[in-house]
Amino acid sequence: MPRFRAMGLALLIALLAMAPALAGTQNTTVTASDAWIRVLPGSLPNAGYVTLLNTGTQHVALTGASSAAYRRIMLHQSTENGGVSRMHAIARLPIPPHGRVRLAPGGYHLMLMQPVHPLRPGSTVTIRLRFADGSSLDVPFLARPANATGISD
Amino acid sequence: MLGGMNTLNSWSRAGRIARRAALLLVALLLVTGCANHPGKLPFRLTDVTGHLPDLDFHLTNDRGQPVTGKDFRGKVVMMYFGYTHCPDVCPLTMTRMHVVMHDLGKTANAVRMLFVTVDPERDTVPVLHQYVTAFDPRDVGLTGTPKQIRALTKRYRAAFSRGKTLQNGGYEVNHSAAIYVFDRHGRARVLATPTTPNADLEHDLRLLVQSGD
Repeated sequence: MPRFRAMGLALLIALLAMAPALAGTQNTTVTASDAWIRVLPGSLPNAGYVTLLNTGTQHVALTGASSAAYRRIMLHQSTENGGVSRMHAIARLPIPPHGRVRLAPGGYHLMLMQPVHPLRPGSTVTIRLRFADGSSLDVPFLARPANATGISD
Repeated sequence: MLGGMNTLNSWSRAGRIARRAALLLVALLLVTGCANHPGKLPFRLTDVTGHLPDLDFHLTNDRGQPVTGKDFRGKVVMMYFGYTHCPDVCPLTMTRMHVVMHDLGKTANAVRMLFVTVDPERDTVPVLHQYVTAFDPRDVGLTGTPKQIRALTKRYRAAFSRGKTLQNGGYEVNHSAAIYVFDRHGRARVLATPTTPNADLEHDLRLLVQSGD
């Protein structure tokens, strides 16, 4: 009997742990891969990178992101023109039907501001991506050291 | 017999002239060839030899010590302008320099990486130290007064400007994307841009270390 109770408790914990993930992934046709964060020291802003694939037949646009690990997340793009680097916020990032968009160093990225706690490389942070159609996707991002060249070196 | 003497005299006179010409050539080479106009090397990156001023500055390093450009004579130097609140392009360039240093192996001992902040208001010595050492323990962070920083960026025509202020009071900084490479005598030699391959940067650094130029 105690064994059944323990199993029931484990099941409950598992369900509770899954709940945010289930709530976060709502009817989206987008799948994510290669999600990682470049962790910078202290309270400096970090950058989040991910590859997004739209498996659907409709246009989708990434419009925002949030996470319990950061007070503010913005969608940014780095550009280089005439030898000068610039970074600017973008309101939406379109992903065409059956299209793929890469958020990668030197281009699109999530600007992860004011980390709640310093992140340890090797740990995982969940970031909720929000799309223009109201759907969202919870994605686990792997925290990587400052000098990482990608999700793996 | 007399004719022979004349011939000998003229030969020795020719020898004297040749010796003088050779001495003059050596002197000319010493003045122009070695000191100010180094020989042309088969660089892969953009050759800026003779087009940018020597490495010269008076700044504070990431350990709080005063440093000058002359402190880095004897080393091949990579210099990059950036700021720590730049989470994408600056770390990309810093990582790139770290990877190149790693690939250089023992040759890296003759190379130094300098990160000059163009945001001295936020990039205090401790913040700068944490930042640069997160990429490579050999990396040197440099900061100074806004006037000192402006003087250095002007010297290397490294445009930078403060971008628009964000909602949270933070701000962005537009800055030069190039890596400036100086030889052991502090002379500007090549420029690497974000699109030039790591292998080319590594090649030119090796060339500068090995040439001893």
